[in-house]
Amino acid sequence: MIRLEARPNPSRAMVYGSPVIALALTLLAGLGLFGFMGRDPLEAMAIIFIEPLTTVFSVSELLVKATPLILIGLGLSVGFRAGIYNIGAEGQYAVGALAGGCVALAFYNVQGIWLLPLAAVAGITGGMAWAAIPAFLRTRFGANEILVSLMLTYVAVLWLSALVHGPLRDPDGFNFPESRLFHDSATLPILIEGTRTHIGFAVALGLVMLVWLMLGRHIAGFKVQVFGLAPRAARFAGFSERRMIWFCLLFSGAFAGLAGMFEATGPVGQLVPSLAVGYGFTGIIVAFLGRLSPVGVVLAGLVMALTYVGGEAAQIRLSLPSAVTGVFQGLLLFFLLGVDVLVTYRVVRIRRG
Amino acid sequence: MDLTIAILQGLIIAATPLVFAAIGELVAERAGVLNLGVEGMMVIGAIAGFAVTFETGSLLLGVGSAVLCGMGLAAIFGLLTQVLRSSQVPTGLALTIFGLGLAALWGQGYAGHSIAGLQPLHIPVLSELPVVGPVLFSHDPLVYVSVALVLATAVFLRWTRGGLVLRAVGENHDAAHAIGFPVVAVRFAALLFGGACAGLGGAYLSVVQTPFWAENMTAGRGWIALAIVVFASWKPSRALLGAYLFGGVTYLQLHAQGLGVPIDAQYLAMLPYLTTIVVLVLISRDTAKRSLRAPACLGKPFFAST
Repeated sequence: MIRLEARPNPSRAMVYGSPVIALALTLLAGLGLFGFMGRDPLEAMAIIFIEPLTTVFSVSELLVKATPLILIGLGLSVGFRAGIYNIGAEGQYAVGALAGGCVALAFYNVQGIWLLPLAAVAGITGGMAWAAIPAFLRTRFGANEILVSLMLTYVAVLWLSALVHGPLRDPDGFNFPESRLFHDSATLPILIEGTRTHIGFAVALGLVMLVWLMLGRHIAGFKVQVFGLAPRAARFAGFSERRMIWFCLLFSGAFAGLAGMFEATGPVGQLVPSLAVGYGFTGIIVAFLGRLSPVGVVLAGLVMALTYVGGEAAQIRLSLPSAVTGVFQGLLLFFLLGVDVLVTYRVVRIRRG
Repeated sequence: MDLTIAILQGLIIAATPLVFAAIGELVAERAGVLNLGVEGMMVIGAIAGFAVTFETGSLLLGVGSAVLCGMGLAAIFGLLTQVLRSSQVPTGLALTIFGLGLAALWGQGYAGHSIAGLQPLHIPVLSELPVVGPVLFSHDPLVYVSVALVLATAVFLRWTRGGLVLRAVGENHDAAHAIGFPVVAVRFAALLFGGACAGLGGAYLSVVQTPFWAENMTAGRGWIALAIVVFASWKPSRALLGAYLFGGVTYLQLHAQGLGVPIDAQYLAMLPYLTTIVVLVLISRDTAKRSLRAPACLGKPFFAST
């Protein structure tokens, strides 16, 4: 007979160990899943999880996919620390892409180094504006921010699609639902020659540093921690819950908006409905897998990017649907949440006697 | 007149998956568990219902496996949140992500096929009544099952000992535990019921309403079901009302273009989501009353100290 017993203090080893155990369990479950589907499990797992790490091009693609995931996960992790769940990052990402893309399209005939910064500001503002809606409805009317931000995701994705089918459609594009291709000064500079890895990855790493400093050294980070760990203490200390909700939603909205703008002006280079591929939802997993810490988010972002790159390889080589990515992401989060019990509890054997 | 009848009929069919999903989630939430994985359980129900019906030719087997698959996913959620004590919000999200992925993987070969859907009943005399006959008495059996389920749930929660225990667990799990009610077992059972209902709702989409399979065919209905539970103030009869309201909006969205409304399809498709937001705001405005209605232990973790 075994049972769980609360640890006197959370286990630091398990805080860092549980993501690793969860990853290992996910890989095992993947082997079982492919075996059950009648595929060669080892071959399939190698194609998804190992081969993307073996060529320069696929590693560069990994960085391309990791960029929006790190940015979104970073923004969300701050809100999650305070116990405020912004589930609508996908929508904020889409609106950020739309706003940034609109700037690029509005100055279609103009070149200039100011264009990308302007588009970035527009993307950040767009993401923040979209996140401001659930923040307002929550603080003013008490409407649940989880449901509102999620519903707004559907609205944003439909809005992007409507605009690309209509006013933003490329006039020379044979009626395909896509905008004009952005010209060079509205496209992010490439970091590594011959790949799609763009400057956004470097910016993301810089922001990771800033958020790390904010959480550890700034009063805003301290308030976030107190809200998450001891909401009552936060209220006694006079921290405003209202302002915390606004701060967390706008903060994560800004990061999601920037991620959307980077994606539109980076690897995609135009506005298309398929910009919204679910990075906003994967960002939630990235935040948790990264233990809500900035450095952890970078590692988690790279791991989740691997499921995308590997998923694409599986699509081409094994003709599996891209949804296999979602299966692995869901499994990983399941295992992580399950194994996390060992952070605050330990398994003890009790003898009946 | 014929148009009105057609609209009312279409509304009921569009609402039925929401009725199932919402009543299941309502029971889980009354027991104090917030399962955000409704969407995932629904979509698994949709593919299970379609695939099994397609392979075996039996609608009963198809719907039955949808129910079982919904319960299977709910059991994963129950294991994680009730036994391994994970946080309910991220676990529910994981369930949705996993369900959508697994359903797409399973449904890979089934897109483009169709099955003979569940046929409407013909009830002697009643079905032949003017207006009332076609609107109320000419539906497939699952429509009646959904309404009966809501009534049964209302009676169960309000009038039975089991319902009282379930509500006690949802309102104050520490007190319920002190009295000796098995908190974790009650919550697990409520979750399984929620999973079964969500699976059934999903199967209704793929087996009756369309009847075909398409990736992500639930299109956020699981989330709308969650909003309906809030709208209903956790009362079964009002959940039925809410589902029919949203069913009406969904029907309107699907057929407005056919009726000649000159608005782009994408803007019409936003309607159910925007309605959900508006309704949430209207319901939540009165915060004092809202806190009286929501189960007091909703979403809170329960750890027995001994």
